[in-house]
Amino acid sequence: MEFSWMIGGEAGFGIMASGLTLSKTFARGGLHVFDAIEYPSLIRGGHNTYMVRTASREVHSHTGYIDMLVALNEETIHLHKEEMAPTGCILFDGMHEPEDRFGVHADISLFPIPLGDIVKDLGGQPIMRNTAAIGATIALIGYDLSLFENLLADMFKHKSEDVVRDNIHVARAGYDFMMNNHPGGSGIIVKPADGLRRMVVSGNEAVGLGALAAGCRFYSAYPMTPASGLLHFLAAEERNHNLVVKHTEDELAAILMAIGASHAGVRAMTASSGGGFSLMVEALGLAAMTETPLVVMEAQRPGPSTGLATRTEAGDLRFVMHASQGDFPRVVMAPGDAEECFQAAGHAFNLAEKYQVPVIILTDKFLTESHKTVDGFEPVPVDRGELLDHAHLDNITDYKRYEMTDSGISPRIIPGHRKGVFIANSNEHDEHGRYLEDPLNRTAMMDKRMKKLEHLAAELEEPHLYGPKTADLTLLSWGSTKGPILEAMMLLKNSDITVNFLQILNLYPFPREKVTRIIKSARLTIDVENNQTAQLAGMIREYTGMKVDEKILKYNGRPFTPEEIANRVAEVVRHG
Amino acid sequence: MAEIQDFRMDKKPVWCPGCGNFGILTALRGALADSGYEPHQVMIVSGIGCHGAVTQYVNANGFHSIHGRTLPVATGIHLANHELSVLAMAGDGDGYGIGMGHFIHAMRRNMDMAHIVHNNKLYSLTTGQTSPTTDKGRPTKSTPFGVIEIPVNPLTLALSSGATYISRGFAGDPPHLRKLIADAIAHKGFALVDVLQPCVTFNHVNTNTFYKERVYKLDEDGNYDTADKMAAYERALEWGEKIPIGLFYRESRPTYEDEVVTIRDMPLVKRPVEGVDITKTMEQFL
Repeated sequence: MEFSWMIGGEAGFGIMASGLTLSKTFARGGLHVFDAIEYPSLIRGGHNTYMVRTASREVHSHTGYIDMLVALNEETIHLHKEEMAPTGCILFDGMHEPEDRFGVHADISLFPIPLGDIVKDLGGQPIMRNTAAIGATIALIGYDLSLFENLLADMFKHKSEDVVRDNIHVARAGYDFMMNNHPGGSGIIVKPADGLRRMVVSGNEAVGLGALAAGCRFYSAYPMTPASGLLHFLAAEERNHNLVVKHTEDELAAILMAIGASHAGVRAMTASSGGGFSLMVEALGLAAMTETPLVVMEAQRPGPSTGLATRTEAGDLRFVMHASQGDFPRVVMAPGDAEECFQAAGHAFNLAEKYQVPVIILTDKFLTESHKTVDGFEPVPVDRGELLDHAHLDNITDYKRYEMTDSGISPRIIPGHRKGVFIANSNEHDEHGRYLEDPLNRTAMMDKRMKKLEHLAAELEEPHLYGPKTADLTLLSWGSTKGPILEAMMLLKNSDITVNFLQILNLYPFPREKVTRIIKSARLTIDVENNQTAQLAGMIREYTGMKVDEKILKYNGRPFTPEEIANRVAEVVRHG
Repeated sequence: MAEIQDFRMDKKPVWCPGCGNFGILTALRGALADSGYEPHQVMIVSGIGCHGAVTQYVNANGFHSIHGRTLPVATGIHLANHELSVLAMAGDGDGYGIGMGHFIHAMRRNMDMAHIVHNNKLYSLTTGQTSPTTDKGRPTKSTPFGVIEIPVNPLTLALSSGATYISRGFAGDPPHLRKLIADAIAHKGFALVDVLQPCVTFNHVNTNTFYKERVYKLDEDGNYDTADKMAAYERALEWGEKIPIGLFYRESRPTYEDEVVTIRDMPLVKRPVEGVDITKTMEQFL
């Protein structure tokens, strides 16, 4: 069983909230879910959509076709009728079908439902049309209304019993309308499964949960889509987990406060999108030069400049790799789904502290704002690296914060101990942190810092290979394309080509050996990326000297659908 | 208790002979000794510019940050561990130019820290360009035909932005400045000390003699009320034949950290990193 549902209408119709309630209703029925949202940079008006895809197996992505479309206005039908599955159906707010059937194909069933009137009759707010629509959806697919009712009860219990009751009445009215008028349903059947209740989590929330589990106590940020979700989540958790969440005056302050907090001994993090990260770049170098641990999430969206503020792209890989002047070690991670977001946050804090370097978690709008069902999260054990405790410091006579060591890692302390007074310096400095221009010292300090990369590289998780060990073609990618690629591989299963997929989870230090090995053993390689210049392919060329054979690129501000990838792979195979 | 010499470093400052920074350094070490803190309990954050080297010459925890970014670094340190006494140093170009946004927001927050601005009315480390406090009409390397803008007034700005301790010192009078800095450290809240600092190399107008002939001390005026904001505005606007120094304004207002529930009982840095349980947090996703 697989079912793809989309609700669409103007911004301000409450579409975002309603989609999530359906995702959770399916998850509570033991199903797997993936959802994706599209919206313009507007508070009211424009066109918003929320797609919920559910199945009895794990779902990795949204999809390019719609089984059931809920149209809160007519525009939704016109914009999405071409995406309808051949036997799909459309629910729309109205009393009856218009004669021209909105020009929709004859095989598509239309279900008019007077959502506005239903809500009005029950004395509800216009925004509750969504609730009635979900009730109607549940009736049409033969799903369990009580799962939705229980969810509404949980969602609104903090408001009042009246709110819970009113919402449940509206949901039931929508459900009853369809049961009375279309008792045969839509022909699509979605049934609850094993009953295991999975969490429905966005990438932003998964990063936030990972940060909390990692003992992050300080989060400073300036709002910017699509990173804002992380700010909202952590701000709401501030008192539950004893953190300080600071909405700063700008992104410069955000990263600098995180650096200050980290220098003072607290696990600290900041996040932004590319535009905000541009402002943070100078301070990224400050963290590097002072060897202050730092975790930064960069949630990509299409640039340059303001670009497409609420859409997706993965065009900042080269930027974060090289951001800030000079050479210094850093880590760039690119989780591909919610589980990996959680893990990345845990590892990021460990790596930042162990190697005293900036760690960048590269995500994007598609990843941070889509929700996925997860069974649970396994926290990464905390490792603070060489952090000297006070007992150790008691016995030290001359503490050198930037001591030359074989690993390049100088034992760190938490400032405040009598014997641990030192200077963190943005200027090149000696082992004590004092400004020094001496050429020999400069060379030694550069080598000391860069030496960390060798040890770091050995510790990073290797790229993941999905599918058979050898295949007709090997897809190479990173980040949120993981989901659509995994789904595309399922679509290609019945074709006569075998496909495997190398997901590069950690992009810097670049996993040269494994990528080289896989490319060497591959017959045909295709780089799949959500950007215009195939940034990963360029990196592969740079670090392995090898050329990827073909490229599948998309940069219209929207994520790949599985169908698109499968079709383009088939095309490459045909013509390539 | 720590003495002046405990805050001394055996390193010769690189400042020009006669630089106002020497007077500020002397006053600063004295004020730290007066504060009752020991070197390891103090965190001095500096920016970039001539003042920035100050962290190299004081024996205390130091963070020499980047241009204009002293205050956010100091803020992060303070929020993570408010048991450290945080001093944020800046220059006029650093704090009132590139760092102006941070300056205003730091004052709104009223975080418990002392902000000492070495104000020589010029960019000096970059060899003498106009700064936000350079007088209108003054020719400089970057404004050879004279500065067109009027100068920023740090004191009226501080008054309107919510700083709770606003003072002006003079680098040529270290004992007086020492008292102001010590008071700023002791003050609970954001304390600004704008320091008139002659630049012997590039600023040939606002010299030591220029200030010596003009400065007078507000605290010697028995009628001056430091709780009177309007009076403070009036004095802050006074600049000419007479230039007031001393404490302009002081008020008591809850500090930012007083209102952050999560650091009320203990500093963040003392909370455990390991063993955080997120089980309950995850329930909201079901």
